[in-house]
Amino acid sequence: MSAGASTRVVAPSGPARSGAAGSGLARTVLPPVLLGAAAILLWQGFVTVLAVEPFILPGPFLIGEEFAGNLQNVLAGSIVTGRNALIGLVLGAIVGVLLAILSALVRVLDEMAAPIVAAVAVVPIVALAPVLYTMFGANAETARQLVAALAVFVPVYFNTLKGLRMVRPVHRDLMRSYAASSWQATRTVTLPTAVPFVFTGLRIAASLAVISALIAEYFGGPVGGLGKSITSAASSSNYGLAWAYVLGSIILGLLFYCAALGLEKLVSRRAPTA
Amino acid sequence: MTTAATPVQHAVEVNDISRVFTGRKGASVTALDAVNLTVAPGEFVSLIGPSGCGKSTLLRLIADLDTPTSGSIEVFGKTARQARIDQDYGIAFQQAGLLPWRTVAGNIELPLELHGADKAARRERAAELIELVGLTDFAAHYPDQLSGGMQQRVAIARSLAESPSLLLMDEPFGALDEMTRERMQNELVRICAETGAAVVFVTHSIPEAVFLSNRVVVMSPRPGRIRDVLSVNLGRMSDRGENLREEEGFFHSVSRVRELLHGAAPTGARGVETR
Repeated sequence: MSAGASTRVVAPSGPARSGAAGSGLARTVLPPVLLGAAAILLWQGFVTVLAVEPFILPGPFLIGEEFAGNLQNVLAGSIVTGRNALIGLVLGAIVGVLLAILSALVRVLDEMAAPIVAAVAVVPIVALAPVLYTMFGANAETARQLVAALAVFVPVYFNTLKGLRMVRPVHRDLMRSYAASSWQATRTVTLPTAVPFVFTGLRIAASLAVISALIAEYFGGPVGGLGKSITSAASSSNYGLAWAYVLGSIILGLLFYCAALGLEKLVSRRAPTA
Repeated sequence: MTTAATPVQHAVEVNDISRVFTGRKGASVTALDAVNLTVAPGEFVSLIGPSGCGKSTLLRLIADLDTPTSGSIEVFGKTARQARIDQDYGIAFQQAGLLPWRTVAGNIELPLELHGADKAARRERAAELIELVGLTDFAAHYPDQLSGGMQQRVAIARSLAESPSLLLMDEPFGALDEMTRERMQNELVRICAETGAAVVFVTHSIPEAVFLSNRVVVMSPRPGRIRDVLSVNLGRMSDRGENLREEEGFFHSVSRVRELLHGAAPTGARGVETR
């Protein structure tokens, strides 16, 4: 409500476009918010009327209460898990992009890497967590970051490789007519063509990073993250708190997703068409 | 503009060129068969013919974007490859082929940037060219904000960036509507008169070929051959203007080209374009 009102105040001073964007925002944001509110009320009604025990399904008001009461803990857990996810995301993305560039440049490498990357893609990467904990020690976050990085690597690699192959023939001819070196052609045409694809990969990878970092916590390692907090709250029968942590992880995942989506939108403004 | 120190040198010399494309199952297509052609410095030569006559292939061979199966090509006395490396030609394609993430100015600066021109020189040259093609107000726009005709003008400006003495154009106006097309032709005639560059221009429009050219090379398909070369005596580039399209000589040349294209049979209607 207040957001809508504030855009309406701003709109007249700006160009007409911002006014349209404001009403567009209200139109795109309002329905899901209303639907969400309705669902929560329905859920609360269901729990209250049927007197469902909290260990089966706590009502949203209870979860909200726990969430507000343990905000500090949830926040601390989010920071731990978020940090692991972010490090994994950056690491996996860098390795994914670099390997994709190499694969695009060296055909043999691509042929060698394809089955391996396909294998990595089908392995339930989180399953590696226990092995990695023994490799890097149960007190380090390294294993979780690596699990996230591996999960991120796959979509980033594939999307980048696809993007690197989307160079239009006319651009290739143009670069040849300029007698551009292969590095010049890569820098001026191939990479910019691939950038939107890289960010599409990142958008897919962003939520994977959070999920992987969080699930990896279930298999061991230091305490403090959201995943560990969910399991420990649940095992001490504190279901409301467990759900509060779940809510925290949903918010964290959304945060990552929205940030990646925003970045993608930003770089895709001048995306090559057709 | 040109010093004319070496008057005997041709801008383009194509000697007995053949280009055979080999298909996957061993089937081969002869795109060009024993083609000879010379283009003098400053001359405007159009290649015209039905699809599949190898006109685009010939242009790509001159540009060294493709290599001939047999025969040789010289551009300003050098091999086509050397001429490409030395940046002796500018090229424009049917698709404008602009980089969508660069502004109009950025696109025009591209070849200069690749060849190490410094920033100030690039700016200045781009501004000149933008003015030449009449896009002064659009320098900071991105290609997707421009119409097809404007994009093509940017592509032409880009091909002129390094003041080449040879312009290779592969149906640059092919995707434009008739009105825009005629306006672009007028502009090209003006630009050619100003720059004094030789042009090899691929088209499948008869009036376009006649309006622009000193000579029209009529090609026939399967295998691609030069059927005839028609000299168009419609005066110097700088004198050609909108009125030329109404002149008797223009209509005469148009019907001559059409006769050559259709294999000598004289046609009734004059000045009507058949595509």
